[in-house]
Amino acid sequence: MRTFILPVVAALALAVAQPAAAQELTGTLKKIKDTGTITLGHRDTSIPFSYYDDKQQVVGYAMDICLRIVDAIKNELKLQKVDVKLNPVTSATRIPLMANGTIDLECGSTTNNLERQKQVAFTITHYVTANRYVAKKASKVDKLADLKGKTVVSTSGTTNLKWLTEENQKQNLGMNIVAAKDHAEAFLMVETGRAQAFFMDDILLYSLVANARNPGEWMIGSEAYTVEPYGIMLRREDPAFKKVVDNAVAQLYKSGQINPIYEKWFLKPVPPKGINLNVPMSPQFKKVVANPTDSGDPAAYQ
Amino acid sequence: MKYNWNWGIFWQPAADGSGTWLHYLLVGVVWTLATALAAWVIALAVGSVIGVMRTTPNRWAVRFGNGYVELFRNVPLLVQMFLWFFVLPEVVPQALGDWIKQMPPPWSAYFPAVLCLGFYTAARVAEQVRAGIQSLPRGQMMAATAVGFTLAQAYRHVVLPQAYRIILPPLTSEFLNIIKNSSVALTIGLLELTARARSMQEFTFQVFEAFTAATILYLLLNIVIVFGMRWVEKRLAVPGLIAVGGAPQAGH
Repeated sequence: MRTFILPVVAALALAVAQPAAAQELTGTLKKIKDTGTITLGHRDTSIPFSYYDDKQQVVGYAMDICLRIVDAIKNELKLQKVDVKLNPVTSATRIPLMANGTIDLECGSTTNNLERQKQVAFTITHYVTANRYVAKKASKVDKLADLKGKTVVSTSGTTNLKWLTEENQKQNLGMNIVAAKDHAEAFLMVETGRAQAFFMDDILLYSLVANARNPGEWMIGSEAYTVEPYGIMLRREDPAFKKVVDNAVAQLYKSGQINPIYEKWFLKPVPPKGINLNVPMSPQFKKVVANPTDSGDPAAYQ
Repeated sequence: MKYNWNWGIFWQPAADGSGTWLHYLLVGVVWTLATALAAWVIALAVGSVIGVMRTTPNRWAVRFGNGYVELFRNVPLLVQMFLWFFVLPEVVPQALGDWIKQMPPPWSAYFPAVLCLGFYTAARVAEQVRAGIQSLPRGQMMAATAVGFTLAQAYRHVVLPQAYRIILPPLTSEFLNIIKNSSVALTIGLLELTARARSMQEFTFQVFEAFTAATILYLLLNIVIVFGMRWVEKRLAVPGLIAVGGAPQAGH
């Protein structure tokens, strides 16, 4: 009921107040202006999006974009400086912490989809990944059909796992599907021979292979199965804040400033191990940079 | 708080296409129970043997029992789960290791989880069995051997029937613990209740609804166990055995 009453009260207040009151700040922008601080939620091991480096600093591609957004917010609010507080989140805590106002932006690798938009809002997509599999070269898996009747793994609670389950039934592949707790463990299952292939967002697979003990023994499937747009998360029903954030990201894309940031994290060696992921910008993401979108519908990225 | 409550989510189809989200969680309850009950059987059997060993006059049996308890009690359950699942198949002969690893899911996660929980809880049960036996007056054992019982007979007919009755309340706590500890099996991919609640919140982002449901289901499960064990306690009570000298019965 509160969500119904609040806009009504706000509308009444606006109607009674002076016309100048229309300029007054609401929601997250007001909170940032009043406190002079913004809290960014970050992940701990989501390389290269948001993670702790070897000096225990939070770094990453999404963090760089978020700091640009903070600059834009500072200009919008005409503040001398905004303190940035960092708050680590996990996949289980990010929604409650966003809803109760602990974090204002979640800077990581969260997939933007329509289901999740019922709970949070997403700004313009900052990365487009695809669902692929990683397997050992020695197991000779060239296509999905080669995995017929084999054991495969994905991380529990991911859209990749959902797709895999559906496709298994649709194509009658008879694969045994295992759900691992996290990416590292799923990868370990393939490494130790418990599963033949691990289905996940390809950027995470590239990163896992690059950090593996013997990167040469791995191969990543050439076929991309589904498209996953990543977005920076913010609170729902805060259009003024979303507009500032969206504009900041759009500006980053339009001005071409995104290119050095992208190169820094995907085409150059990154901490902590100095490994180069060497993943050029995908055609799907180039399309987003040309025409910024915050759509949670995968079809918009094909 | 800007949260979009949606209790109707439980009647919406689950992501794996097996039914509603409620059904998805209830299947998790079945796996939680199947894991905990099988592990409890191991825990009681192994725990009793180890506990008795620690009270026998044989010094080596006592040392072995003590070693077992300290090893399994002092290593975090999470680490033990990892060792059973990932390390065990690598240290056994390769053919056996491959056979373990090729086991079809969910059994490949279920069996390590049951063994891990069973042997871990056995260490705690052993500690209680030992305490139960040692809480009896020394004269009990002496009297039994004096009338010609062998050591095994003295345990079987005199010491253990009393010791088990004394430790029933703490055993109830261990039973409740094993239900709750079974959630650690989610780390090796067993889709029990907690794992399913987590997976539900990942798909739907309805995190509070998912974990509220899991909380209520655990609570109901454990209340049933508490009442079940109380019934067992009453059923087995021998008047005057525990409340010697009118001492109040220990709660738990």
